[in-house]
Amino acid sequence: MNFDFSDDQKLLRENVRSFLAKEAPLAVCRQVLETATAYATSLWQAVATQGWLGTAIPENYGGAGFGRLELAVIAEELGRVLAPIPFSSSVYLASEALLVAGTDEQKRRYLPPLSRGEWIGTVAHFEGPGDPGNRPVKTVVRSGKLTGVKMPVTDGDVADFALVTAKSGRDLGLAIVDLHAREVQRERLDSIDPSRSLASLRFERVPIEWLGGRPCGSDTVQHIFNRAAVLYAFEQLGGAQRAFEITREYTLNRYAFGRPIASFQALKHRLADWYVELELTRSNCYYGAWALSNEAPELAVAACGARVAATNTFELASKEMIQMHGGMGFTWEHDAHLFYRRARYLAAVLGPAPVWRERLITCLERREQAS
Amino acid sequence: MDFNDTPEEAAFRAEARAWLEANAEPLAPGEQPAGLEGRFDPDMVHKAQEWQRKKADAGWACITWPKEYGGRGATPIQAVIWSQEEARFKTPPNIFAIGQGMLGPTIMVHGTEEQKRRYLPPMLRGDEIWCQLFSEPAAGSDLAGLRTTAVRDGDDWIINGQKIWTTGAQYSKWGMIVTRTDPNAEKHRGITYFIVDMQSPGIEIRPIKQMNGMSSFNEVFFTDVRVPDRNRIGDVNDGWRCALTTLMNERHAIGGGAGGPEFRDLLRLARTVMWNGKPALQDAGVRQRLAEFYVRAKGLQYTSYRVQTALSRGQTPGPESSIGKLVGAPLRQNMAAFALDLEGAAASLLDLRAPEGALWQLAYLGSPGLRLAGGTDEILRNIIAERVLGLPPEIRVDKGVPFKDVPTGPRP
Repeated sequence: MNFDFSDDQKLLRENVRSFLAKEAPLAVCRQVLETATAYATSLWQAVATQGWLGTAIPENYGGAGFGRLELAVIAEELGRVLAPIPFSSSVYLASEALLVAGTDEQKRRYLPPLSRGEWIGTVAHFEGPGDPGNRPVKTVVRSGKLTGVKMPVTDGDVADFALVTAKSGRDLGLAIVDLHAREVQRERLDSIDPSRSLASLRFERVPIEWLGGRPCGSDTVQHIFNRAAVLYAFEQLGGAQRAFEITREYTLNRYAFGRPIASFQALKHRLADWYVELELTRSNCYYGAWALSNEAPELAVAACGARVAATNTFELASKEMIQMHGGMGFTWEHDAHLFYRRARYLAAVLGPAPVWRERLITCLERREQAS
Repeated sequence: MDFNDTPEEAAFRAEARAWLEANAEPLAPGEQPAGLEGRFDPDMVHKAQEWQRKKADAGWACITWPKEYGGRGATPIQAVIWSQEEARFKTPPNIFAIGQGMLGPTIMVHGTEEQKRRYLPPMLRGDEIWCQLFSEPAAGSDLAGLRTTAVRDGDDWIINGQKIWTTGAQYSKWGMIVTRTDPNAEKHRGITYFIVDMQSPGIEIRPIKQMNGMSSFNEVFFTDVRVPDRNRIGDVNDGWRCALTTLMNERHAIGGGAGGPEFRDLLRLARTVMWNGKPALQDAGVRQRLAEFYVRAKGLQYTSYRVQTALSRGQTPGPESSIGKLVGAPLRQNMAAFALDLEGAAASLLDLRAPEGALWQLAYLGSPGLRLAGGTDEILRNIIAERVLGLPPEIRVDKGVPFKDVPTGPRP
């Protein structure tokens, strides 16, 4: 049994953690939240210089050539500091989609600038309220040109290109769209987490090429989302863990009724339950990482499990963080709302927990039918 | 990251499997291993002892124990591998676990050399079965509030009082008992730990009928029971330290939720039971709940993989090893309640015509006990909060007070 990160990967985690402790204190997140900036450009530069954007990109495409386990380690650390950068969009979604379904030419064109942080990519899928599920999207490609509206698009305001889910006839595919093209109108939208940005993208007969040269099909689209879900889950886990650590520390130092509030069972038991959720979530995330890094057939189920657990737990964590900090936790000055906002942002941008629960049961049904 | 054995582990597994294949019959797919089911049956005890002796003769009993007491000095991961392999075969219920898993290790830490040589080998062979006499009617979660007394009388001690929740008292040769030896000392300081011969005059054993109709436990009454001083473990009034050793081992022993329905049984029920002319599994709300149960059950399973990984790497498992029962027991109860919801009005049956032979009815009635035995949910939360998270202990009103002056509730 070898169900843990290796010593090298743990060393990587330590290095990433100490780097981010210097480069990305929560003040960096707050800075983006409180100003009109879309993301922390200096942190983005620093992360690019570290080579983290290309962690899982092979060396011949300009990356570092590590695997998804290393990427998961970095994702958790970025989650801990609520990194206000478009890492998830550009790496878990765009770069990973290109690696899974891109042609060699597309990989050569897009991956090197992505891994250097010169380009930012994202995936544009949602078309307003609700969830598309298995239904075809309204965005359509006709004669090589794409028309439709995507909203909200994570990091759509800063991305250089987007992989846009669109149908062509009955097929679903991912269209690569240059977001600087004049047929694209983009509008930055206010985000529930202003440290992470959102946009609406309106496409009016914009020329595209298909990721992979032709529509990749809904299974591949879902596969790309599943892969991203594992990495998102590590970010969520990191955020939940950090919220826990800050809150534990606070309850030890805050006195009421003549004693630390951490000595009251009303809080101790909830902290214990919270710890339990973190451990269960960590285990589900590890399973997702194992499936992702091994291209295992279990990936779909594992990704749903990691995503559901991590979404639940980050929500719990960010709620409990505010509650246990009392009135202070509800002030703008306190960092608790940074976690509360980020938890909801990450829950939403890849589709919320109920959607992934439904998908999980569908996957279990399919697996049983297959066996 | 993988789920594979190291080459050494694989070789050990093959050796274990080969011996089991030669000496036992594999379980059929889906067949449950024999449980204790709360019944005292001399034939069951006899079969369990036969199997234990067979294992002992071949060096497969208590494999982590040192060789001098009959073990093979195996590593913790080897013990895990052995129990995984043994679980694939039809074997009698393990009635030795309390002795071998909790009391033996306590003797190894706190016993004299003479005590170790006398008690450990027959415990390992299953020739002598052991029970644990800890809880009392007024001392459960607050075990150190125990009131059973031991009073010195020459070379003997005389024990009076009552113990409760004692598994296997009927067929045990020995019991490990914690007693109050100094009521004038503070609660934890006046306790002494003894080995008591369960056939001694003055011991009366009464089975407890549980709310699910079974009898997995007993009450044990002590009236002027004599125990020689040489049966004392540790120093006089230092028994709490020994008891803690036992309890630490209990947490390891009780971790897994052996037997009983699992998620796949719930999924099968959802597929077969009809709601509105369609399988319940097609209901969106049902699917949401099922997904939550699945994620939780898998989280627990993968957590055990993390614990095994630490063992495999020769490390002490982290605090994640302490969450098993706190998650598993309520999960069982909640899954049972949901399964009964799926069954509709038929959930009210406790009858062979109930769906799945009343599998979930029985789980529903039995599961409250899982949340109490071996540390209640609340005590487990205290343990996690204080020992894992380092949060301050409760304010104690019995600190620094002689035990006899500690306030108690009104007693009949």
